[in-house]
Amino acid sequence: MRASRHAAPASLPIGSDADLAWVRQQVRQAAAELGFGLVQQTKLVTAASELARNTLVHGGGGHVEITPLDSGPAPGLRLAFVDAGPGIRDLDRAMTDGYTSGGGLGLGLSGAKRLVQEFEVDTRPGEGTTVTVTAWATVVPPARPGP
Amino acid sequence: MQVSVSVSEENAEQEPPAQQVSAFLERRREQVAQRWADAALFRTVFTVSRDEAVEAGRSVAAALAAVAAAGRLDDIRAPGFEAVRDQLGRMAASRGRMGIDTDGLADEVAALREPVTDLLRAEFPDPNAPEAQECVLALTVLMGTLRLVVLETTVSAGEEVIARQREQLHEVATPVIKLWESTVAVPLIGTLDSARSQTVMESLLDAIVAERARYAILDITGVPTVDSLVAQHLMKTVAAARLMGAECIVSGIRPAIAQTIVQLGIDLGTVLTRASLADALAYALSRQGVEIAPLRTDSAGVR
Ligand SMILES: Nc1ncnc2c1ncn2[C@@H]1O[C@H](COP(=O)(O)OP(=O)(O)O)[C@@H](O)[C@H]1O
Ligand SMILES: [Mg+2]
Repeated sequence: MRASRHAAPASLPIGSDADLAWVRQQVRQAAAELGFGLVQQTKLVTAASELARNTLVHGGGGHVEITPLDSGPAPGLRLAFVDAGPGIRDLDRAMTDGYTSGGGLGLGLSGAKRLVQEFEVDTRPGEGTTVTVTAWATVVPPARPGP
Repeated sequence: MQVSVSVSEENAEQEPPAQQVSAFLERRREQVAQRWADAALFRTVFTVSRDEAVEAGRSVAAALAAVAAAGRLDDIRAPGFEAVRDQLGRMAASRGRMGIDTDGLADEVAALREPVTDLLRAEFPDPNAPEAQECVLALTVLMGTLRLVVLETTVSAGEEVIARQREQLHEVATPVIKLWESTVAVPLIGTLDSARSQTVMESLLDAIVAERARYAILDITGVPTVDSLVAQHLMKTVAAARLMGAECIVSGIRPAIAQTIVQLGIDLGTVLTRASLADALAYALSRQGVEIAPLRTDSAGVR
């Protein structure tokens, strides 16, 4: 259990293109506040953009829960994208690079997984999908004293 | 000054931090309001009189005290915020009219935290004692929630405005610039959603025809996020330009974005890219046999 009792989680709706822009901004800001570097921020925001768009396009809308994790050795950010849509019947196939059931590039799920440290999909046909990702800010290791 | 200690259900030794923060905000409301009146958010909105700024600060502090008293530190729906939601919305809108974007506004609200935390720390004989730390953390959470409440007012109050601005952005933010004979460029700024991408593609193709352009530069320096949809739009635009007989160059892919694109699995291998708009222009010119060279002058190294 790493979720900090002090950090404030936030829940944002995903129901339109404008919501996606808002989610990206909020994720970027939360990551920046936790000390994520520019590259890490960009990766996490891009993963969030992919997953939020899946929630909107494939899941028919939903929300994202943004939870800062600051009780572990390094600060982290957990994002849970939740929808009550059709679910993913064949998850292995959906996770394959290039597989799309629509006209996308089919890189959202598989690409997002590569952009974060922890990736988990909970999906039930007919009930919905929750994709949870976590990224940890790299902490610069303290300089080791000489021999 | 010592914080009063009383027995509560949750903690037999001391009041829960939220209650202590609430009591502090009541007790020190005036000082808090005075400090906030000098912070950018209040100072720039209430330009006519400082008293107005202080008054606004008092009501925000009172609202926060109510939210903390209810123990709903992280709840943007806490009833305590209702009293100031409109006021905060007007302040946010006022900042917006002065050209402050949501990021800037968020920073300004965040800047309210330090003065009030300083005051809170000063209440404890030992600001590093666990009890003090707990209270500061509780206040930090509360101030984070205040920020979300303020930002939310800009979203809900501005839905209509946003829709209008988006329309304008579609039209305004996609100027196609003629850089040289046969060379046009679009500096893309902001979010490339589907509607925007469509506009960009159309105006670029129109310009290619109108200017008889052989080279088209898409500069994405101002695009904050390149995900698979944006990449797909870029590739479609490049392909369409090619069909019109123009070679497309994508410039301004920043290092962080380049790394992200690669990890995402997007193959931009078929797309001609250059680091900057200047590099892209130099490429287009050299392909047309135009060379850029410094003028020969007698005064060496003078700028
Ligand atoms: N939230 C979701 N609900 C239902 N199906 C989904 C969801 N997310 C992804 N999928 C399915 O997985 C496929 C692959 O997703 P993704 O890799 O993002 O590619 P794309 O979105 O480009 O199709 C989608 O085409 C869709 O069929
Ligand atoms: Mg997708």
